[in-house]
Formats: sequence, structure tokens, C-alpha cells
Amino acid sequence: MSYEIVGLAVLWIFLYGYLIVASVDFGAGFFAYYAKITKKDHIINKLIARYLSPVWEVTNVFFVFFFVGIVGFFPDTAYYYGSALLVPASIAIVLLAIRGSFYAFENYGSKQSNVYMFLYGATGLLIPASLSIALTLSEGGFIVEENGVVSLQYWELFTSPLSWSIVGLSIVSVLFISSTFLTFYAARANDQPALKLVRGYALFWSTPTIIAALTSFIFLSQHNERHFGNMMDLWWMLGLSVGFFMIAMWLLYQERGYGLAFISVMLQFFFAFFAYGIGHYPYILDPYITIADGATHESMGLALIVAFIAGLFLLIPSLALIFKLFLFDADYVKGKK
Amino acid sequence: MEMDTVLISRLLTAMTLGFHVIFATIGVGVPLLISIAEFIGIKKNDPHYTMLAKRWARGFVITVAVGVVTGTAIGLQLSLVWPNFMQLAGNVIALPLFLEVFAFFFEAIFLGIYLYTWDRFKKKITHWYLSIPIVLGGGFSAVFITTVNAFMNTPEGFTMEDGSFAAVNPIEAMFNSAAPSKIIHVLSSAYLTSAMLLAAIAAFMLLRKKAKGTAATYHKKALKVTVTIAFVFAAFNLLTGDVSAKFLAEHQPEKLAAAEWHFETEEGADLVLFGWLNEDNEPTGVIRLPNVLSFLAHGDFNSEVIGLEEFPEEEIPPLWVHYMFDLMVTIGMFLFGITLLYLVVSKVKRWNENNKWLLGSILISGPLAFLAIEFGWIYAEVGRQPWILRGYMTVEEAATSSPHIGLMFFMFLGLYIVLGTLCVVVLRKLFRDNPVENELEELPLKEEKGDE
Repeated sequence: MSYEIVGLAVLWIFLYGYLIVASVDFGAGFFAYYAKITKKDHIINKLIARYLSPVWEVTNVFFVFFFVGIVGFFPDTAYYYGSALLVPASIAIVLLAIRGSFYAFENYGSKQSNVYMFLYGATGLLIPASLSIALTLSEGGFIVEENGVVSLQYWELFTSPLSWSIVGLSIVSVLFISSTFLTFYAARANDQPALKLVRGYALFWSTPTIIAALTSFIFLSQHNERHFGNMMDLWWMLGLSVGFFMIAMWLLYQERGYGLAFISVMLQFFFAFFAYGIGHYPYILDPYITIADGATHESMGLALIVAFIAGLFLLIPSLALIFKLFLFDADYVKGKK
Repeated sequence: MEMDTVLISRLLTAMTLGFHVIFATIGVGVPLLISIAEFIGIKKNDPHYTMLAKRWARGFVITVAVGVVTGTAIGLQLSLVWPNFMQLAGNVIALPLFLEVFAFFFEAIFLGIYLYTWDRFKKKITHWYLSIPIVLGGGFSAVFITTVNAFMNTPEGFTMEDGSFAAVNPIEAMFNSAAPSKIIHVLSSAYLTSAMLLAAIAAFMLLRKKAKGTAATYHKKALKVTVTIAFVFAAFNLLTGDVSAKFLAEHQPEKLAAAEWHFETEEGADLVLFGWLNEDNEPTGVIRLPNVLSFLAHGDFNSEVIGLEEFPEEEIPPLWVHYMFDLMVTIGMFLFGITLLYLVVSKVKRWNENNKWLLGSILISGPLAFLAIEFGWIYAEVGRQPWILRGYMTVEEAATSSPHIGLMFFMFLGLYIVLGTLCVVVLRKLFRDNPVENELEELPLKEEKGDE
């Protein structure tokens, strides 16, 4: 396997990692605010804070990791995406900045402020929407290069059913992933009222998630036939994805195996996400950047892969430690530590 | 119009970095002080130091949050504002950028653990061990990101073929000739500035005169440990500054010459302090130290120092960097002097190191140290104009062509104003609502519980 494919595969895994941890975080922010306005905050806010406080910064790094990695492996992405995305990405930065710092201000600094809570909840939905634009752009047709000037076709983007369906999908997925995780976490904490509430959220958000996934798929078939065709060839991955979704739903209905349910949701998104990614081959940005042409020099590619591996030896035990202390330590989860 | 987007791109980046560097410096330096305080607390079994570590850590988290989000901003802005630069240079500097993220990742994970495990381990030292990866992570992220900046000053580790890089050697590019002197100077000034910041806080608390009894003792201990550390790094910082000057003389003579208004190449060059340029671009009102620039440049009072006349006019940095250079050096000297004075006074029994004047000077040293960091960076960055990649790409060729950049500038300006203000408000509130006196009162009770 060539180094650029290895690089892209690792980056895709990291993006997937971000998708999961960030969804939990973004969704939790929304649910925390929603619970507040429906006067149920006393039920779940402690639970959410107990999980998020030690890990919010880690979540952010997953994202930085991905974009630094992709620019490193494929410098052309910096040129095309960088030029085209100045406005949407800058807005995403501002939202991320508000979210990250306000979380710290709220949780480590001053006490409970409605404004912070609102911003924290609202940005939780706006950030996935703004970040998902990058995925839409990769399908081609929205970025045009003329006389060495790269520009984003805002009109095409805002009138495209594909871009709106991807935005919709990203938002409902965030809420679905987050609520299944919180269900698992509440079950671990043996917190029955919280469990009842978040399990309800999970069941509720499952339907829009699967509908949005289907809609996006249909619009993709109209926008980029090649990509759609490639994904159809990976029908078994899509089938597995749907299968795991059904397992998750069944467990949630049965009110048991919440850990397994969350793992099923992770696998559901894993297969869908990878079928989508693999189907994109050979383009990173249709039609400007392909994996083969856009890659950095071989020596740098190899150096990056070595750094990846060395870095993972450092990161995996550290991540295991943080999860062990804050996710799988029953006493901590229950609030006894 | 073309020029405008370049200018605004520069201003936007300068603003983001200027804001980020405050929090980045704290992010690199303060963990070391927290770690030292916790260690002294454990070794001396003195709860005052443990509380210092705890309270510093509490405030530190707030600044880390701002550091993280502005760091994310600058990371993305590199590609957004300078897409042509990243397309070209990305091939060569991807490795250190990437390693920086790893180091930061490592720091983030352990910071999360550190903050929430104060009382979770049987032995106190176990918790202290968790501070080491934070100090290392912060230090290494500074090291890696500094190599990227060093590369922009002395691009090495590749050959040029038809306008694009070939035969890339990532390791050689990372450890380019500017890297060593930059790394040591960045690290020593970050530790110095952070120590100075915490010393200034302690001095402020003592000056308020509200601090009495145990609280006063607590602040005096804080002052002593921070000033001592600041002294060590202030001394080291002067040394690393000297190394940097010698590096410039060798590899980037136009930067040093611009800082010193040194126009003609000559032997036994004078060091020019302060002053201004008159209408004919002649230095006026300056203090000249004969032959000192030669010594600063090459360690020999009669050596030859290259002047600005050797360079084409369009490749010379703006001459106002002289002020930045002078201010940075002056503050560096002042910090060394004031910390030395405090230590000398504290050694003499008859003298009181906590007198009003000394405390006042330490108090202003905190902000001054941050100003020196800003001046130093402005000097370093403006001093390599007009290049973004010295000798290869000018800033103008690198900037985005997007007409929306002006709007983005104001959006980020608003963001930094909000973040900066809230950060100060939240920090004040955090420490006002829970003054050290309250926590000190609870101390003996806790200790007894621990002994049972």
C-alpha cells in the first residue's frame, strides 16, 4: 500500500474519532441547555459536567490533529480549501473559540450563567453544520479556480439540496450519538431519572438520523454519480451500518446493554463513514486534488507516518488512562470521587 | 486593492498571534511553576505550597482555554490566510507542525487528569508525577512550533526545482540553523515571563496590605519561589539572547543590522541604543557603545559586522524594528536586575525584601515581561520582511486573494476583545470569590483528617 493511502486512512480514522467524541460533546451542550429551559437541568447537568470537564480539551485536539494532518499530507488541500473556506472556516473557528473558552469560564470560573449555557448549546449545533460544509465541498462543483484565483460558489452551495441534507444529517447524528452515549453513562452512574430522560432523547433522535442519512444518499446520487456508484459497490458496509443501527435500537427499546448499544452506534457510523470515505477515492477534492497527485513528497509522507506511529504509542496509553479514570471508574462516574 | 488584502492578511495574523502568544507563554511556563510548587509542598510537607499549586492550576485552566481556542485559530488561519504559503511550505514543515499537535495532545490529556485527581491517589507524589507530562508537553509544543518559525527564517532541507520543493529532508528542515537559538530563547523567556507573572500577583497581594498572618506568609512564600525561578531564567535568558544575536550576525545579518541601524559594513561596529531617525534616515539622539555591536555579533570587539548597504533596498526590513529590539533588551536587563536585587536584599538580615518599592517594581515587572515577549516577536517577525520564506517567497505572494479578509479581521478582533475581557473578568471573580484567607482557614482541618 502506498504511503499516501496509509496517511489518508489514519487521518480518516482520526476524523472518525473526532466525529464520535465531538458529537458527544456538542450534543451534550445542546441537551444541557434544553434540559435547562425545560427545567430538567437538575437531572442531567451534573452527569454531563462530570464527563465533559476532564475531556473537552482532548476533543478539540482531535480536530486540530485532523486538519494539521491533512494539510501536511496533502499541501494542495491548504491551497484549495484554504482559499475557498476563508469565511465559513473562520466562522467555525469563532464558534469553536466561543464554545471552548465559555465552557472553561462556566465550569472552572464563574457559576451558572444562562448566556454561557445558551451559547454552549447553540454552538454545539452550529459547529457540526459549519464543519460539514467541507464535506459537501469535496464532492465538487462548489469550488472554482479561475486565473489562479480559487473561489467558493456561495449561490450553488446555498441552493444545493445536497449541502442542506448533509447539514441536517450532521446535526441529527450529533444528537443521536450524544444521547446514546449519555444513556450509557447514566446507566453506569446508576442514575435512573437521568437515564430515563436521555434514553428518551436517544429513541427520539434515531428516526431523523436514519431519514437524513437516506436523503443525503439520494442527493449524493444526483450530485456525484461516481461517488454514489463507488458507495453502492461497498453495499455490504452500508448494510452492516444499518444492521448495527437496528441492534442499537433494539437494545435501547429493551432497556438493557446500553454499553453495547453505544458500541453499535459507533460501529454504525464507522461503516457508513468509511464507506463514504472509500467511495471518495481517488479524489480528495473533486476534480482538483487526487490522492496520488496531491500528496506531499515521499520523504515527508514517510516521516509523518513514523510520527503517527510514535505518537500513537504515546497517545493510546494516555487516552486509555483518561478513559479509565473518568469513564470506566464507577465511583467517579457516580460522583463519589 | 491587491495590496490591501496583503496588508489585512498581515494584520489579521499579527493580531491573532499577538493575542495567542500571551496565553501560549503562560501555557508553556506556568505548568513548570505549578509542578515546582507542588513538589516543594510534598517535600517540605508544607500545605502552603500545595495550595499555591492548586490555586495557580485553577487560574491556569482559564488561560489554557483561551490558549487552546486561539491556537486552533492560528492553526487554521495558516491555511486560510496564507494558502499559497502552506501549499509550498507545507511539504517541508508538516512534520514539526504535526509533532506540535502531538505534544499538545499529550499535554491536554494529562492536564485533564491532573486537575481532577488531586485527592484520588494514596500517595501525594503520584499526583505530582502527572504534572511532568504537562510540563513536557507544553515545552515540546513550544519547541516544535518554534522550529517551524525558524524554518521560515532559514529555509533548509530541500532543493528547488521549477518553483517547487524537491528532495525534501524533513529532519534537516526541522533542525535548521535558526532552530537552536530560537528554541532556547523562546523557552527561557516563557519560563521567565510566567514566573514574573506569578511573582507580580504575589507582590500585588502583599501590597494591598489586607494580607495578614498566614495569608501574608503564604504570599511571601509565593513571591520568594517565583522570584528565585525568575532570576534563574532571567540570567539564562540574557545568555540565550546573546546566542540569538550571534546567530543573526551569521545567518540573517540584515535583521540584526536593521535592529541596530547599522548601515555600513565595518569592523569594530558601535552598538546603538535608543534615539530616533531624522528626516535623512540618520540616527539621532542615540547612545553609542563603541565596538559593542561587533562583540555582540561575533564575540570580538574588532570583528566585521555586515551593514544594510549590502542588501537590495526592497529586501531590507523596516527600520522601526530598532525600537522593538531596544525595548525587549531593556526589559530583559531590568527583569534580571530586579530579581537579583530582591534576592540580595532577602539575604541580608537587616533589610526587608518585602518593602514597598521592591514589591512595586516586581508588580510592574509582570506586565513588562509580557510586553518584552510581544516586542521580541514583533522584532523577529517584522525583521524578516519582506519575506515569508526568507529568500524564497515574499509575504505578498503568499497571502490569500479573498476579498472577504477585511471582514474576517473585524470578526476576529471582536472575538479577541470578548475573550480577553471575559478571561480577566472570570479570573478576577474566581479569586475574589474564594480568597486565599478562606482556604487557609480550612487547611488545618483537612490536615487532621488526613492524619487520622
